[in-house]
Amino acid sequence: MQLTVGPNQFFWDAALWRDFYLRLADEAPVDTVVLGELVCSKRLPFYQTHFPDVIERLQAAGKSVVMTSLALITLKRERKLTEELVDMGLEVEVNDLSVLPHLPAGAAFSIGPLVNVYNEGTLGWLAARGARRICLPPELPLASIAILAGAAAVPVEVWGWGRLPLAVSSRCYHARLHDRAKDNCQFICSADPDGRAVDTLDGQKFLAVNGVQTLSASCANAAHQLPGLREAGVASLRLSPQADGFIEICKLFSDLIDGGIDAETLSANALPQAPGGQYADGFLAGIAGVDWSAGKGLAVVG
Amino acid sequence: MMELVCPAGTPAALRAAVDAGAHTIYCGFADETNARNFPGLNFSRDELAAGVAYAHRRGSKVLVAINTFPRAGSEQLWHRAVADAKTAGADAVILADLGLLAHAADHHPELRRHLSVQAAAANPDAINFYASTFGVRRVVLPRVLTVAEITAINREIDVETEVFVFGGLCVMAEGRCSLSSYITGKSPNMNGVCSPPSHVQYVETRGELAAKLGGYTIHRNAKDAPAPYPTLCKGCFHSEDKTGYVFEDPSSLDAKDLIPALAKAGVTALKIEGRQRSRSYVAQVVRSFRGAVEAVAAGRPVPPGTLASLTEGQAATTGAYRKTWR
Repeated sequence: MQLTVGPNQFFWDAALWRDFYLRLADEAPVDTVVLGELVCSKRLPFYQTHFPDVIERLQAAGKSVVMTSLALITLKRERKLTEELVDMGLEVEVNDLSVLPHLPAGAAFSIGPLVNVYNEGTLGWLAARGARRICLPPELPLASIAILAGAAAVPVEVWGWGRLPLAVSSRCYHARLHDRAKDNCQFICSADPDGRAVDTLDGQKFLAVNGVQTLSASCANAAHQLPGLREAGVASLRLSPQADGFIEICKLFSDLIDGGIDAETLSANALPQAPGGQYADGFLAGIAGVDWSAGKGLAVVG
Repeated sequence: MMELVCPAGTPAALRAAVDAGAHTIYCGFADETNARNFPGLNFSRDELAAGVAYAHRRGSKVLVAINTFPRAGSEQLWHRAVADAKTAGADAVILADLGLLAHAADHHPELRRHLSVQAAAANPDAINFYASTFGVRRVVLPRVLTVAEITAINREIDVETEVFVFGGLCVMAEGRCSLSSYITGKSPNMNGVCSPPSHVQYVETRGELAAKLGGYTIHRNAKDAPAPYPTLCKGCFHSEDKTGYVFEDPSSLDAKDLIPALAKAGVTALKIEGRQRSRSYVAQVVRSFRGAVEAVAAGRPVPPGTLASLTEGQAATTGAYRKTWR
């Protein structure tokens, strides 16, 4: 079981962004790092000047570097950004299918969790097209994951840690919460480095917003499902960046995979760092995604 | 004249829509293969064949929505739906899943394919990809685009576009939203439902009525005030110091006044949402919009006339078509 660090979903100060990835390169026991902007094309100019340094350091540390596409591409400027992304010559993680026609024959690419891969037909089509790795959508239950990983000719990855990406819109909820127009957002999403909590009127932790993206309030944690995911043939777990304590999270998952600690220990030690302060793994169980197994592992039903 | 594409959740609604002037009807089979998989709704194979015959006799077309994402291990259910739609004489199928599009293009090349809004093809690259790879002839555009963006898209593609003009309004890019399964375990993509009634509860406390979904409070109103249905992206929530409709007000789409602009943008067909609606609702909306597209085709302004009573008792919005919505 390998570990992949997914693209940072949030908008961080450029210096912090750079330090986060340089430290990740030096200290995190992970195999692959996906860089780039997933959520909002307006954020990219603030930190993209740091790409060369960060890529070099990650690669020097033996990590594979992949560049993500945007999750939702509508503007002409965003289509041009996609072309520039492909021109970088690194493996591209496709998170919007409109990236596919931009990829020249033979270009390395993988499929991210925001592409709808729900069945063998789609998985097989993308693998035949040349996808090197396919990260499945977070809402898939283990029963489907097992069928897909069993049928796949390419490595299959599953969401392992972090606030779940649940939806994307053309409306910016951060701008809306601050009574601003999207075009005059003044980058207010940078005030919430792990997203802004949305609670119900009865005070239940519900969702979180991050610009045009909506996330889970709870932090997904697949630790207790590791045996089932292994049995299903899953090749890697995806850990999603957060502002604080992320290196520690990577180390805990690495220890879990190596058998040094059990899932209960991981969950107990990581809870103070979990965005939202509570866990969820219900999608894997095929029930409401927000539910938490509280340590009950699932078995793959044949 | 712009083509009017109208919903039918039952054979009676199909006939009502045809009689009211629908150029085209869309409907689905009574199972998880379509995105309005509600109890008591949709068509058996025999009902579809009869509905197609009724529509064809009156010069209307029938499209079959097979627009959920097939479940791993059960793709044959969706493959059979495509084959059965063809057998029933459907004029096209509306598909969203890549694998299902590939299957339909391989096994039923002569069956016309439309791209569902659930595929959320939001730019010319995506649309041209589906057209050149799977022979898609029409794309239903996601509700994230402005009229200016739709105009620009139509300049760069060779296939037809269809846009929503009335009814329920998704706030998120369609087919890319797991909010409902996060809270209830049932999602549009996998189960063809969003915020399903099976998970709705109305709970009265201290003179207030809370509308809950999966145990989460979506609305809270005085108990004698009308209680809106708890669609989870249209609820009232707290976020730090703010309380309000964080995602969207409880509103529904009415873009009737934008029909001339949409015609100018090169849009081929106008779609009305609401396969879960009654036949009288469908007939009323279809008549109103048929009048509007006829007027626009004749160079006259869109006739006034309000459908306000039909917009879920809520405010009407033009949604993403105007840039300020964002």
